[in-house]
Amino acid sequence: MKKRIFVVGNGMVGHHFVEQWQAQAPVGSYELHILAEEPVAAYDRVHLSSYFEHWDAEQLRLGEAELYQHADIHLHLGEGVEALDTEHRTLHTAKGCYEYDVLVLATGSYPFVPPIPGREQAHCHVYRTLQDLDAIAASAQGATSGVVIGGGLLGLEAANALKQLGLQASVVEFAPRLMPVQLDNEAGQVLKDKIEALGVQVWLEKSTTLIESGQEKRLRLNFADGSHLETDLLVFSAGIRPQDALARQAGLALAERGGICINSNCQTSVADVYAIGECASWQGQMFGLVAPGYQMAKTAVAAILGEESAAFTGADMSTKLKLLGVDVGSIGDAHGHTAGARNYRYLDEQNGVYRRLVVSQDGKTLLGAILVGDNSYYDTLLQYALNGLSLPAQPESLILPGTAAAPALGADALPASAVLCSCHNVTKGAVCAAMDEGALSFEAVKSSTRASSGCGGCASLLKSVVEHELEQRGVSVNRNLCAHFNYTRQELFHLVRVEGVRTFAELLEKHGQGGGCEICKPAVASILASCWNEHVQEPSHLPLQDTNDTFMANMQKNGTYSVVPRIPGGEITPKMLIKIGEVGEKYQLYTKITGGQRIDLFGATLDQLPLIWEELIDAGFETGHAYGKSLRTVKSCIGETWCRYGVQDSMGMAIQLENRYKGLRSPHKIKMAVSGCTRECAEAQSKDIGVIATDKGWNLYVCGNGGMRPRHADLFATDLDDATLVRYIDRVLMFYVYTADRLQRTSVWLESLEGGLEYLRQVVIEDSLGLGAELEARMQAVVDSYQCEWKTAVQDPTKRRRFRSYINAEDPRRARLEWVEERGQMIPARDITEERV
Amino acid sequence: MNAMHPAGQVWQEVCHLEDLVPGSGVALLLEEEGVALYYLPEHSPSVYALAHQDPFSGAEVLAYGLLCERDGRWSVAAPLYKQHFDLETGVCWEDESVSVRTWPVRIQGERVWLAI
Repeated sequence: MKKRIFVVGNGMVGHHFVEQWQAQAPVGSYELHILAEEPVAAYDRVHLSSYFEHWDAEQLRLGEAELYQHADIHLHLGEGVEALDTEHRTLHTAKGCYEYDVLVLATGSYPFVPPIPGREQAHCHVYRTLQDLDAIAASAQGATSGVVIGGGLLGLEAANALKQLGLQASVVEFAPRLMPVQLDNEAGQVLKDKIEALGVQVWLEKSTTLIESGQEKRLRLNFADGSHLETDLLVFSAGIRPQDALARQAGLALAERGGICINSNCQTSVADVYAIGECASWQGQMFGLVAPGYQMAKTAVAAILGEESAAFTGADMSTKLKLLGVDVGSIGDAHGHTAGARNYRYLDEQNGVYRRLVVSQDGKTLLGAILVGDNSYYDTLLQYALNGLSLPAQPESLILPGTAAAPALGADALPASAVLCSCHNVTKGAVCAAMDEGALSFEAVKSSTRASSGCGGCASLLKSVVEHELEQRGVSVNRNLCAHFNYTRQELFHLVRVEGVRTFAELLEKHGQGGGCEICKPAVASILASCWNEHVQEPSHLPLQDTNDTFMANMQKNGTYSVVPRIPGGEITPKMLIKIGEVGEKYQLYTKITGGQRIDLFGATLDQLPLIWEELIDAGFETGHAYGKSLRTVKSCIGETWCRYGVQDSMGMAIQLENRYKGLRSPHKIKMAVSGCTRECAEAQSKDIGVIATDKGWNLYVCGNGGMRPRHADLFATDLDDATLVRYIDRVLMFYVYTADRLQRTSVWLESLEGGLEYLRQVVIEDSLGLGAELEARMQAVVDSYQCEWKTAVQDPTKRRRFRSYINAEDPRRARLEWVEERGQMIPARDITEERV
Repeated sequence: MNAMHPAGQVWQEVCHLEDLVPGSGVALLLEEEGVALYYLPEHSPSVYALAHQDPFSGAEVLAYGLLCERDGRWSVAAPLYKQHFDLETGVCWEDESVSVRTWPVRIQGERVWLAI
């Protein structure tokens, strides 16, 4: 009979248990049930506050959805356990009673709410689940300020979230400093100064005694010292407590300070009942981080399967975070509690930087460290602390700025036992072993070892280890465009721009070899067009163009073409619509509305193309570039023009953007959208450039994608005026044109950009590379040199000559094709392929 | 205008040099069959003739593919599904069991001749 394993709780640790179990337990030997209180499957609580950036719970989902489709794994959502009977081995929920053979409690923790009178009224929240966040967001409607009670790690996260919601945020802390557990007084002061400079007020040594209705705002907090503070909403973040109620009711042994007692195999006081994660207490200690929880999950899996190996022996509680944009790190014995511990401190109040080293009495080993303002020191210090590496003769060199002698701990200095990723407990040795087996890139190592797929904090360290190991193995990564150019697209773009190269032949002669191919020719054609914007059918450019650019139309499966006139923002007069209808009818074209709010006319032969375009151009149409790696459409909703919810003129903005960027050749196609309010009817968050109206201006989203590999766009900047919006888009797009690989959409580009979104913000908003003016000027040059390619082509007899189906015969082409009628329109005969071969 | 070649081939004048597009291809009709003519002015030989019909898609499109060089050999990349056909032999680089017809072709003065 199959063993019945029950897991109570589907948080991050409970989920990790399921993953580990499924990977290791023999298939068919068990059935695994997960009883979860929350209505949604496991999600990433570490990055919970990012929900306020993207509003997409899916992005926080953990692991592959298929895991819970497994035939032997049953996830019961929204089914909390009400009672546990360890004698009869039964679990009781509102829906029924289950018998188990083995039980794993992964019930996590709950937010501690101090017993302050008035804490249960409206607009008082906690910060733990997606539902909490939705409630906070609802409460923020009509609010201008928010207060977080608790200045610890989670409290500052919550303050950041309130700030993202546009509220004036304040933090109220009982202790005399922020993050009292991880930081000392100096560090707390530096952090306080930094976040106050960001507009978050910090109130220290305040003990809240009463929460009542406010005079000017919804709530008033009265403090023990007689002062008070008014606010519209309140978030409690005063620590967490182990969720041990079920264990308590069942009579399991609990620790003095709460938490289910476990031994080194994660077994509780009752046989076949295990506890893992924040609900568990090992030697009187509770672990409020995800990495120790993951280790417990692994230990429990091994213990249940009767394997030995992985005893849980405590965990490193070092932590590295960015709180409100400020780097904070705490390693090991940060407060120097070890007997005989010695300290080194560096404080720079000018720049808000603090670093402290705690070393052993003999000065040889690192016991702990505190960092504020710059976490670039963290990885090295952590490795010293975790691996007991011998410190240099002058340990202070590890934290002093600009010391030339500061020995950076390179990848080669780490022992094989060094843990690179503490979330998944991956050592350098394991990374090397994976590379021995053929994982020869950062991505490959990440997917085979799972290193850096938890909190992601070790990504840069892992990358440097992988690169170092690749070097050791003599592997050089070839990023050349193709056999004809030993350069990347980015490098070729630079050469074209700086040397003023105007043709493919010139570039090939100066920097390439051979004759060119279907990879480098279109890539160089695109670079030349981005830089100089000459007509794609100039004799020197014409042989470079890919299928659709060759004749400025989209080749369809039977060799005919489709034609898409530009309809900026999807706005079109009845007269123009009639014209499209007339042209379609005259040339017997199949017509369809596209996803980009325009009209596609199918079935034109080569020689019909100039005739069709002549008529369309006469009626006032321009080419839609549906064939190019260039701007396609700017989709729009009707906005405030008609819509009773619209807050800005989204139609006007969409048309302005489409007319500005039409004709811009880029590494891949670009799609945009503008929505007139937060209802987002234009689906801007699935576009390369998305613009959503706010009552103060425009929010700009970047690098989204629909299609094969959907990606939600990232919120880039908020409440922009028209001019700033256009300036940022100019810069983002031109930086993409400068630096992307060939055929790389903006979504993949952003993900491959070192430093990601934050780096892009620095380049575009803060102009960190000093490129801003150049990028704008380049874009303006493209805008100023715009021409309707089709208008130029139909007016130029030489270009027009190319549109002959056969150079020695008048058009018999359409008659040579096979057509059938379907739903009143002509389409290619379906069996064309079979008949012709 | 037809002419007998010593080898027994019948050569036919098919177009003017100006009809060709340097670095690319054009199509012509030869007794109801589409022929693709490619022109590489810097190369020797400089003109090639392949069937215009793409055996993979069945559509007459091969004249409009990109011309590609690899290890000194030239091919046309089919515009629809991107298979390469060797300009000299007509053999598909990706699947040697597939090939398209080729014709001997030459330029004489300003005229292009095809052997049929």
